[in-house]
Amino acid sequence: MKKIPLGWPLALLLTVCFTLATLFVPRAAWWNAVPRAADWNKGWSQSDNVFKLLFGEGRRLFANEFFVMADVYFHSGYYPSIFDRQDTDRDVADPAHGKADDSNSTSDDFLGPPPDWIAALDRHFVPNRHTHLSSGGPSGHVKEVEVQEILPWLKLASDMNPQMIETYTVGAYWLSRLHMFAQARDFLFEGLHNNPGNSELLFDLGSLYNKDFHDANRARNVWMAGLRCWEAQSPNAKTNTEGQLIYEETAMNLANLEKDQGNWPQAVKYLKIVKQVSPNPDAIQKQIDEAKKKMADQPGISKP
Amino acid sequence: MNTIWALTGVVIKELYRRKDFYVLFVLTAVITFAAGSVRFFHDPNIVRYVKDLCMLLIWISALLITIVMAARQIPAERENRTIFPLLAKPVARGQVILGKFFGCWLASGTALAVFYLFFAIITGSREHYWPVLDYFQAFLLQWIMLGIVTAMTLLGSIIFAAPSSTVTILFVVVAGILFLGRHLNTIALHNSEPMRSVIYTIYFIIPHLELFDVRERVVNDWGLVNWLDCGLAALYAAAYTGLFLLLTWLAFRRKSLT
Repeated sequence: MKKIPLGWPLALLLTVCFTLATLFVPRAAWWNAVPRAADWNKGWSQSDNVFKLLFGEGRRLFANEFFVMADVYFHSGYYPSIFDRQDTDRDVADPAHGKADDSNSTSDDFLGPPPDWIAALDRHFVPNRHTHLSSGGPSGHVKEVEVQEILPWLKLASDMNPQMIETYTVGAYWLSRLHMFAQARDFLFEGLHNNPGNSELLFDLGSLYNKDFHDANRARNVWMAGLRCWEAQSPNAKTNTEGQLIYEETAMNLANLEKDQGNWPQAVKYLKIVKQVSPNPDAIQKQIDEAKKKMADQPGISKP
Repeated sequence: MNTIWALTGVVIKELYRRKDFYVLFVLTAVITFAAGSVRFFHDPNIVRYVKDLCMLLIWISALLITIVMAARQIPAERENRTIFPLLAKPVARGQVILGKFFGCWLASGTALAVFYLFFAIITGSREHYWPVLDYFQAFLLQWIMLGIVTAMTLLGSIIFAAPSSTVTILFVVVAGILFLGRHLNTIALHNSEPMRSVIYTIYFIIPHLELFDVRERVVNDWGLVNWLDCGLAALYAAAYTGLFLLLTWLAFRRKSLT
């Protein structure tokens, strides 16, 4: 075998050093020119996190998987695989959407009777009952605080896809239920930072202020901001059914808030907004009439 | 019997002489500590994701250690030509197989015990709750499963040309069984004949390694599996281990060593 002369590796080393130097010198100059740490993040939002750096836009694909993982933990591992019949609704999100947390439901009994002896034996080694972490878990006496185990997945899902609103609303709901009010508020703030003016997040933030912080003024301001943001949308966006529901609920909450504080003219104003979008305007009209009656009973209140 | 134990001892010594175990243990520990150091919503009590990750790493590490160790036993003896003085002792080929099997199985069990001890300490220190029996059951079931994998790998090392090909093929097979094994019957139902019968046959022939995977039960605190079911699973594993060892012996008996 021919021997390589000693000069060759040295020449190669020099070439590599020179190439690296030409690449790094301009960057080093820029590095030194950066005056403040804040400049590093110039033009970056909070959603431009390490995941964006690593995965780019592809990270959004993982967000749904992480949300599913939260649901898997919520069911303590009893969950259909890709080979089983799957339900598109996530039980972990139901209470946050105002639906009942029915842990005794048999609708998710996707396994059915075991088809053979191997499957029958296998079921003894895997989670084999439909339970919810929020209502007893597998043993039936798990403390509600254990529902905190779903939180890392919701946080990761929001990091992966900062535009996935459901992660913030579901996360804030469970944080609030665990009496972690400040964390719930901060999570909703993070959601609003990444999705400015989102009516759903503003609705939840207002509810959190009203119910958990007992701060009616802030709740009112946030809900009013929610109404303004919804109204500022394009006519097409306003036809969204879920968005209309949020608008209706926000206006109804505001009406109730004003009723509680005895501001009847304001309550009537918000009830009229509810009536415009409600599927049951007659019931709302009754509430308006009642509010007007109470308003008339109180002297010194001008009609809206 | 003494001959088998002597061979077993040699294999166990190999475990702590090689770097594989230490590297995998350090990697598992570093990743687990890194994951455990993350605080979600400033809550120090969130622990399940750490348990989940640590258990997954333990499974991967244990499979790596077992397959790599078992795959090189007989080819290394042939390559170094130490198989000839060994068989001239005299030691029967069946004893070599059994010695190698028990050596690999005990060595993987020792490594697995260290991993589980680490797991118990880490989770116990975060949860302040020590379900020792649950961890012991999970360890026992995984170790039983590693017995099947060891026997399969020894058979592979006789059949395939090089340890590298044995390791690759065994990894693909074991991963395939672990991911798809329990779903093959469902997949079969979605196929028409004759594919349905072919998939069903595979379903009933393969050793269902996933039976021994109780990670989800441990992570989600489902409690102990009935010991009777564990016993049945152990019998199932013993049958497959015995079958693979028998096939290994049959293949090795006819194998030319030159």
